[in-house]
Amino acid sequence: MNTENIENPRVVVKDLNFFYGKYRALKDINLNIADKKVTAFIGPSGCGKSTLLRTFNRMYQLYPQQTATGSILLDGDNILDKKQDLNKLRAKIGMVFQKPTPFPMSIYDNIAFGVKLYQNLSRNDMDERVEWALKKAALWVEVKDKLKQSGMGLSGGQQQRLCIARAIAVKPEVLLLDEPTSALDPISTAHIEKLIDELKEDFTIVIVTHNMQQAARVSDYTAYMYLGDLIEFGDTSTVFTNPKRKETEDYITGRFG
Amino acid sequence: MIDLYTRRRLINSAGLTVSVLAMGFGLFWLCWILWTLLDHGLPALTGSVFTQMTPPPGSKGGLFNAIFGSLMMTVIGTLVGTPIGILAGTYLAEFGNRGWLAPVTRFINDILLSAPSIVIGLFVYEVYVVNVKHFSGWAGTIALAIIVIPIVIRTTENMLRLVPSTLREAAAALGAPQWKIINFVTLRAARAGIITGVMLAIARISGETAPLLFTALNNQFWSDDMDQPMANLPVVIFQFAMSPYEDWQNLAWAGALLITFSVLTLNILARVLFRQSAAAH
Amino acid sequence: MPMFLHDARLKRQSILDSLFRNLTRLAAFGVLALLAAILASLLMGSMPAIHAFGFGFLTSPDWDPVNDKFGALIPIVGTLITSVIALVIAIPVSFGIALFLTELSPRVLRRPLGVAIELLAGIPSIIYGMWGLFVFAPLFADHVEPWLNQHVGTLPYIGPFFSGPPMGIGILTASIILAIMVIPFIASVMRDVFDVVPTLLKESAYGLGSTTWEVMLSIVLPYTKVGVAGGIMLGLGRALGETMAVTFVIGNAHELTKSLLNPGNSISSALANEFTEAFGELYTASLIELGLILFFITFVVLSLARYMLYKLGQREGKAS
Repeated sequence: MNTENIENPRVVVKDLNFFYGKYRALKDINLNIADKKVTAFIGPSGCGKSTLLRTFNRMYQLYPQQTATGSILLDGDNILDKKQDLNKLRAKIGMVFQKPTPFPMSIYDNIAFGVKLYQNLSRNDMDERVEWALKKAALWVEVKDKLKQSGMGLSGGQQQRLCIARAIAVKPEVLLLDEPTSALDPISTAHIEKLIDELKEDFTIVIVTHNMQQAARVSDYTAYMYLGDLIEFGDTSTVFTNPKRKETEDYITGRFG
Repeated sequence: MIDLYTRRRLINSAGLTVSVLAMGFGLFWLCWILWTLLDHGLPALTGSVFTQMTPPPGSKGGLFNAIFGSLMMTVIGTLVGTPIGILAGTYLAEFGNRGWLAPVTRFINDILLSAPSIVIGLFVYEVYVVNVKHFSGWAGTIALAIIVIPIVIRTTENMLRLVPSTLREAAAALGAPQWKIINFVTLRAARAGIITGVMLAIARISGETAPLLFTALNNQFWSDDMDQPMANLPVVIFQFAMSPYEDWQNLAWAGALLITFSVLTLNILARVLFRQSAAAH
Repeated sequence: MPMFLHDARLKRQSILDSLFRNLTRLAAFGVLALLAAILASLLMGSMPAIHAFGFGFLTSPDWDPVNDKFGALIPIVGTLITSVIALVIAIPVSFGIALFLTELSPRVLRRPLGVAIELLAGIPSIIYGMWGLFVFAPLFADHVEPWLNQHVGTLPYIGPFFSGPPMGIGILTASIILAIMVIPFIASVMRDVFDVVPTLLKESAYGLGSTTWEVMLSIVLPYTKVGVAGGIMLGLGRALGETMAVTFVIGNAHELTKSLLNPGNSISSALANEFTEAFGELYTASLIELGLILFFITFVVLSLARYMLYKLGQREGKAS
C-alpha cells in the first residue's frame, strides 16, 4: 500500500494497533493524512473506521480497557505519547459526532464554551468569533436573532452545523467528522457536504462515513478498511474508479457490505 | 363439568376483577385519609394557626413557632445535604467506573435510603446531642440532612447516567477539562432531574417525625435560636394528637392538613416539572 | 502551534481536575463513613446494656425500668409480627395494583392512577398514625373486632390469635396501617419490574391464546420473580423501621400475648415513646441497643432486597 504518495502529510499514522480489552480492533495501520484536504474512511460497520478516527484525539481514553499502540504524529509530535496533554491535544483536533450534541446552554454559549477554555477574549472579540464560526458553518443567517436561545431548540441539521461551528470556533488544526450526516435528512446532508468542501480551505479534515457516494463526493483521499485492516488507501478517484484490490472493488460496487 | 376454555376464561375474569378491586382498595385509603384530613383539619385551620404560638394545654393558640421551626430545619437541612449528595452522586456516575469505592458506596447508599429514620435520630443524639448536652435545632437539621443525602445521591447518579455519553465526548473533544465537562455540560443536562430529586427529598423530610424526637425535641415558645430546642410541626402534631385536650387535638389536625398538602403538592410539582423538561428535550 | 495554549493554564486545569475528582470522592467516602459512624455510635451507646445482659437481652421478655432489668424479646417479636402480617396483606394487593397499572388500566388513566398510588407513599407516616388512632381504630373496635371475636376467635388453632378485648388499639391494627403504608412501595417496584418484561415475550404468549391472567402468572411473574422479591423485601424493610404510624396505634404495652387484638410494642415505638423519658444509664443503653438491633435487621433485609433487584437488573442488561 502506498502512503508515500502524499507530500507534506499533516498526520502520520505508523504501526497503529488498537485494543478493546483483548480484542484487537485495528491491525498495524499505516497511513498519511494530507494537509488541508479531506480524507475519508469507509468500510462496513465494525471495520474499525470510527475506532481509527477516535485514536486521533484519544477519545478512547475516556473509557477503561481501551488501549492503542504505535504512533500518530501530528506535526512531528506523537499524539499517543503518554506525556501528551489530552486537553491541549483535543483543543488542536476538533471533532463532530454522529448525532448532534448541542450542550444544554444557549447557541452563543455553545460556541463560546470551547473558546473560553483556552483564550481570554474581550466581549467584542468573542462576539466576532462566534459570528465568524457561525458564518463558517453556514448557520449565521438562521440563528443571528436568537443567539440567546437554547441550542437544543434547533432542528437536527441546524444542531449539527452548530456543533461544526463549535468545533471550528477554537480554530483547530484538524477536524474529525464521525459520520456527521448519518442522523440527518437529505437536505441537511447536502448542506453539510457543501460546508465540508468550503472548510477544507482552512482545516485538515478526516471524515468517517458509511455512505460511499458521500465519500466520493466530498473527499480527496479515501481509505477502505475491513475487519481492522487498512485494505486500500489512495486518492479518491483512483480508489473509486480503479481500485487495486479486489475486496475494495467488491465493496464499492455493492457486491459486498 | 365446565370445559377447559370456559374455566380459563372464568379464572381470568376473576383474577382481573380482583386486580381492579386491589386498585380500588389502594385508592379507597388514599381518599379516606385525605377526606379525614380535610374534614378535621379545615375547621381548625384558622388565621391564628399562622400567627400565634403553640398554647399551653386547654387554651387556644396557633402553630406559628412550629411552622417556622420546620421551615428552618427543612431548608437548612436541604442546603447542607444537597451539595454533598450531588458531589457523591457525581462521583458514582462520572468517576465510578473503576475501583471498589463506587460499587460499595452505591450499595451502602441504597441501604441508607430506606434505613429506619428513627435510627438516624438515635445516631445524631449519640454523636451530637450527648456532646453538647442539650437538644437543638441544629441537631434536628443534621438528622434531616442525613436523610436528604442518600436521596440526592441516587437521583443525581441516575440522572447523570441518562446524559448521553456523546455529550461528554463532544465537550472532551473541545479540550475541556473533566471538571468543566461535568459542571457545565453533564450536570447541567441533568439539572431538571436532579431538582426533581431534591424536591422529593424536601417532601420526604418535611413530614419526618421520628428523627426529630431525640434531636430538635420541641419548644412551646418562639425561638429562632438553632442552638436551642426547636418547635417543629411533626413533633407538635405527635404531642398534641396524643394529648387528651381538644384544643390541642384540633391544632394537631390543622398541622396534619398543612403538612400533608404541602408534601403532596411538592410531590406533584416535582413530577410535573420533570415531565415537562423531559418533553422539552 | 497556536500561541494561546499556555502551559500554566493547562497545569492549573489539571490541578482543578484532580481537586474536583477528589472532592467528589470524599463525598462518596463520606457515605461509607456515615454508615460506620452510625454503627459505631450505636454500638458504643449500647455497651452498658451489652455488658449487663449479654445475648440474654435478645431472649428476655423483661422490661422493668424500676429494677433495671431489660430484654428485647417483646419489641423484636412485635416488630416482626406486625411487619409479617402487613406483608401478608400488602403483597396480593400490590400485585393486583401493579397488574392493573401495567395491563388493564385504560391508557389515559394509567399515569394519574400511578401517581395516586405514589402519593399514598408520600403521605407522612405521622398522618397514618393520627388517622389510625382517631378514625380507623374506633371503627375497627366497633365493627370488625367483635365480629372477629365471635367468628374467628372461636375456631380451633387460630382462634386464640383473634380473641381478646375489642379495643381498636393493638398489634392487628398496627399491622393493617403498616400494610396500607407499604402497599405503594411494593406496588411501584412491581409495576417497574413488570414494565421491563419484553413486549415481544408477552405478545408471543398472547399469540398462543393465553388470557391476561395466564400471561401474568406464567410469563411476567416468573420473568420478574427476583425483582418482585426484591420489591417485597424493600417493603419489609420499610415496615420494620416504620415508627410513627405504629407508635400511635400499637398500644405500647410491654406484654407478650397470643392475641393480635391486644396491645403490644415494637422496637421503633418503644424508642419513640420512651427514649426522651428514659432515666439511668442502663435504661438508655437498652433502648439504644434496641435501635442497633433494628438497624441490623433492616440492614440484612434491605441488603437482600438490593441484591435481588441488582440481579434482575443484570439479567436485563445481558438480555438487551
